[in-house]
Amino acid sequence: MSKYLEIALIAGLQVGLTTSASTAEDYGLGREALPEEIEAWDVNIMPDGRGLPEGSGDVWTGEEAFGMYCASCHGDFAEGVGNWPSLAGGQGTLDRADPVKTVGSYWPYLSTVWDYVNRSMPYGYAQSLSADEVYAITAYILYSNGIVEDVFTLSHENFDEVEMPNADGFIVDDRAETEYPDWRRDPCMEDCKDAVEVTMRAAVLDVTPADDESSGAD
Amino acid sequence: MSELFKGKPASRRAFLHGSVAAAAGALTASAARAGAPDPLITEAQPWAQGWGDPVDAAPYGMPIKFESDVVRRTVEWLTADLTSSINFTPMHALDGTITPQGCAFERHHSGAIELRKEDYRLMINGLVDRPLVFTYADLERFPRENHVYFCECAANTGMEWAGAQLNGAQFTHGMIHNMEYTGVTLRTLLEEAGLDAAGDLSDKWVFVEGADASSNGRSIPMEKALDDVLVAFKANGEALRKEHGYPVRLVVPGWEGNLWVKWLRRIEVTDAAVESREETSKYTDTLADGTSRKWTWVMDAKSIITSPSPQAPITHGSGPLVISGLAWSGHGAITRVDVSKDGGKSWQTARLAREPGSKALTRFYLDTTWDGEEMLLQARAMDETGYVQPTKAQLREVRGENSIYHNNCIQTWWVRPDGEAENVEVS
Repeated sequence: MSKYLEIALIAGLQVGLTTSASTAEDYGLGREALPEEIEAWDVNIMPDGRGLPEGSGDVWTGEEAFGMYCASCHGDFAEGVGNWPSLAGGQGTLDRADPVKTVGSYWPYLSTVWDYVNRSMPYGYAQSLSADEVYAITAYILYSNGIVEDVFTLSHENFDEVEMPNADGFIVDDRAETEYPDWRRDPCMEDCKDAVEVTMRAAVLDVTPADDESSGAD
Repeated sequence: MSELFKGKPASRRAFLHGSVAAAAGALTASAARAGAPDPLITEAQPWAQGWGDPVDAAPYGMPIKFESDVVRRTVEWLTADLTSSINFTPMHALDGTITPQGCAFERHHSGAIELRKEDYRLMINGLVDRPLVFTYADLERFPRENHVYFCECAANTGMEWAGAQLNGAQFTHGMIHNMEYTGVTLRTLLEEAGLDAAGDLSDKWVFVEGADASSNGRSIPMEKALDDVLVAFKANGEALRKEHGYPVRLVVPGWEGNLWVKWLRRIEVTDAAVESREETSKYTDTLADGTSRKWTWVMDAKSIITSPSPQAPITHGSGPLVISGLAWSGHGAITRVDVSKDGGKSWQTARLAREPGSKALTRFYLDTTWDGEEMLLQARAMDETGYVQPTKAQLREVRGENSIYHNNCIQTWWVRPDGEAENVEVS
């Protein structure tokens, strides 16, 4: 039944997809977005590098900029400070308990680094960096992860030559194959197991905030 | 404000955390057979003699002070900074299904911004026939729809992967809320911009981003964008709260909360996923072998007993007991919820409070009798696709313990003879 339902759902969506454009009603609302406006807001970078502005930055310039804009949270060597994210290290830890997920150990696309630094960093003063500064900081993060040498200069021209260590580490959601067939079954109602024992208790760990701590609303 | 009422009522909180057993004993005794006459009945009380507040004492009302413990709460050690953090809905103290906005969980990536309707702009660009800019007033002129949907953070219950950790439904399951949204379908806005330029839509995406500093950009496949996604500007009948994206947020029914972009400012039709930070470094689920699932958008079926629970112990002793909870599924409507009192050895089917909505919270009740003995309480949800909420062991067998996100395991509360409950794992 579930397979049938999924197929029916997909078919339904496809019908929706094919008919949508032709039956659209035009309300004549809104106004045309001007090229300057699109340029100001459409700054995201695609995985293949589309959207990157011209520019470049080297590791040493990046180290200086990183020290100025990033190190207070991410550490001088991108190792992270306290609970703030580490951006370097962690390679080889993804299959262990508590994996360390950094740009070098985890991020599959370099475009994501450039895009995020450019769009959302520095934290509290986003979108204040020049394109060259973003190239330089990205180069420094790569260097901190041992992905490039210290003489490396990153630019829009060599951007797609950088290989991210965990580029092949992702699969598309496969729950429909690996989980749903097993978990779409009539469940047990009686005599489902012989014995039940408590194997772990939250009170033993004791990390729950006490009643008077952190009522966050105000 | 209400001087007349001062002094009488006991704090509910003091009651809950005082000598619960003694209080419970007294209450059951007085209910069973009256002893001395109750002065609350035999003596005229101040609230029955004088005035209460006039109208307009609170032009916008807040909950009465006796409910001051029913608030969002955070767990400080989870994050580095409260502007990029999360707090939790006090679900243990709520009933029904609609979450009041004022206590609905918050998740910000660079703080909740203040954006006036007058300053609001929404751009649609990319592979469209006419790139457009809408004002807030423009959005109000499109045909509107109303829908109730749950919004659950993908990390809800994420702290429980490696073991029972946080002691309370608010903390284990409170990254969820359920509201009635009013808005315009994303399909309507995309069609207004025209999708002929996009050609074959089956491999196209929309990239959505917010106006805050994080912008929280996410890619959504066009099938979903044209299916049931809403561009919403009202929740539970009133304007969205600042912390939920005022004046306009995206509503992506059944899919993880991170996609529900707040302060929505731009929608771009693209020919590929952007693979932004929020869909690569975060909101991807690492499996035991170190590979990670991406694009795990759907929130699978899940349920939780909200009462009794660690923050809502049984205070009335043995006898009639209402076991109450919530169930939901990102695949559609809940069809059944079973409750176990013995840690999953045997199950009883609970009563659903009303006809379940699709991709919305469903309230369930098990009206039962408590014998005063300890219970290992569990709830198990089923949805219209036949999916049965898995145990933590089933989830770990497939995924390991490093996934962080999408933990929809069956939860266990260990209820003791004194009525107190604790978050535990069982064999």
